[in-house]
Amino acid sequence: MDWLMAMFDYWNPQIERMPREDLAKLQEDRLKSMVHYVYDHSPFYKERFKEAGVVPSDIKVLGDLAKLPFTYKVDLRNTYPTGMFSLPRNRIVRYHVSSGTTGKPTVVGYTKDDIEMWSDSLARALTSIGLGRGDVIQVGYGYGLFTGGLGLHYGAEKIGATVLPTGTGNTERQIMLMQDLGSTAIACTPSYFLHIAEVAERMGVSIRDDTSLKVGVFGAEPWSDETRRRIEEATGIKAYDIFGTSEMSGPLFTECREQNGIHVWSDLFLIEVIDPKTGEQLPDGETGELVITTLNKWAIPLIRYRIGDLTKINSEPCACGRTHPRLMRILGRTDDMIVIRGINVFPSQVESVLMTIPEVGDHYQIIVDRKGPLDIMKVMVEVTETGFSDKIGDLMALSRRISREMKGVLNVVADVELVEPGTIPRSEGKAVRVIDKRKV
Amino acid sequence: MVAIKQISLFVENRPGRMAKVSKTLSDAGVNIRALTVAEAGDFGVIRMVVDDPEKGYKVLHESGFTVSETEVLAVEMKDIPGGLYEIVNALGENEVNVDYAYAFVTTKAERALLIIRVDNIEKARKVLTGAGIKLATKDEIQKI
Repeated sequence: MDWLMAMFDYWNPQIERMPREDLAKLQEDRLKSMVHYVYDHSPFYKERFKEAGVVPSDIKVLGDLAKLPFTYKVDLRNTYPTGMFSLPRNRIVRYHVSSGTTGKPTVVGYTKDDIEMWSDSLARALTSIGLGRGDVIQVGYGYGLFTGGLGLHYGAEKIGATVLPTGTGNTERQIMLMQDLGSTAIACTPSYFLHIAEVAERMGVSIRDDTSLKVGVFGAEPWSDETRRRIEEATGIKAYDIFGTSEMSGPLFTECREQNGIHVWSDLFLIEVIDPKTGEQLPDGETGELVITTLNKWAIPLIRYRIGDLTKINSEPCACGRTHPRLMRILGRTDDMIVIRGINVFPSQVESVLMTIPEVGDHYQIIVDRKGPLDIMKVMVEVTETGFSDKIGDLMALSRRISREMKGVLNVVADVELVEPGTIPRSEGKAVRVIDKRKV
Repeated sequence: MVAIKQISLFVENRPGRMAKVSKTLSDAGVNIRALTVAEAGDFGVIRMVVDDPEKGYKVLHESGFTVSETEVLAVEMKDIPGGLYEIVNALGENEVNVDYAYAFVTTKAERALLIIRVDNIEKARKVLTGAGIKLATKDEIQKI
């Protein structure tokens, strides 16, 4: 029966189960041609290689990767709009543009083959969580310049699923269509799904009993295992993490059914984790900054691109039979990190503490400010009806308990403000978790 | 059953919140008999006795408030010096603790009503009735 199972479980079993040595050989060959390709096609990389004193022929084995210079997000901004493209416009079939909250936006482009690679990567991923023909996948990511909507759309069509391209917003209609057209899966940000579940409840619709939804593909913002548990317990679906950034194409990889790390397809991308301060490669299992090299991407190939996400790699074989390495939960992006009195805090850490406290609702917001020379952090949480006691003393004790538990994990003292449900703004895309008033 | 249902709400301490609560009840035709607000910095708790607690709870819950129902006693209190003492002394001597209390006077009655939340409602009922103190029922509250 194994071979039969395999037919349903893998999109491309030959690649997904390829022995490690063969994968490494494939990566090595592709890395060598990629280095030649960028050197020949991209004036930017020719210059960057020259500065670093390397030429393509220096890269003979995979281990030579460390000789290559890094590429940074700022390089894409400095060469705005298309200075990092390796091909002329007549080969580009699509642009996407990232929001650029911290400066100029970044423009990415795709050849026909790049789009094919992207949807193939997602076809493997969606198959690995049991989706396929007969499923109705509701794509609740933004369509348009953002890569989420169209990315999932192409991947879902590729596996023969039925796409319901709702995009974001109009939540009541999303719920109506989910019921009427029988969505079996939804792809959106985890915070938006929590909002959908909340609105559904208000409409008297139980996601568990009144819809066919069984799978959620959640990403585009960092989220925690504790939130996963809440989503699964409240709605009865399986919640999977998805990862990818616009520089890499868009959303590309998901967890498999094991829900234990995100498989990164080695034939398409080469990943390293480095010490963000020294740039040294770190061994498997150590947390550091993720660096990616594209192996099969032609409009904007990237060499050792520093994404900024903090994570660790697990190369142990996965129970699902896939040989490709896994990214363990992404702590957040270095840009998301907040420094409170010299201590690094990630919103995802705050979330993992809050979501274990049943009296606290699913939404939260962190407000950072400065009082004289001191940084102060305030965490706003909604009081749920389940946890509500009408004795003031109990509420004060709750607020102290949240503060104490956060201190235990973050080593930072945070004020806790209890607010009414619905007070914290709901988001249809990426949730705003942190308001840092020190920067304004 | 002498215990009556009190509605409690969690509210943030900012302008307009009380107005929102009272508007919601007024739109539903629910009449407030007695009300107290306890504040603790950023937030507060509104507790109230209304003529129709089921309906009051329902409309507030549906409007998205964090609301709960609590069982309390409505104790008839003589509107004379020593009226309160008689009640709390009986409870105190029998080791019943009062978590909180608030009182109101009705136009018709010559007696005041004291709403109390206690740690042992059954014992409180026995102690008070044993001491000859009358407890108002749900129906009586509704008819005021």
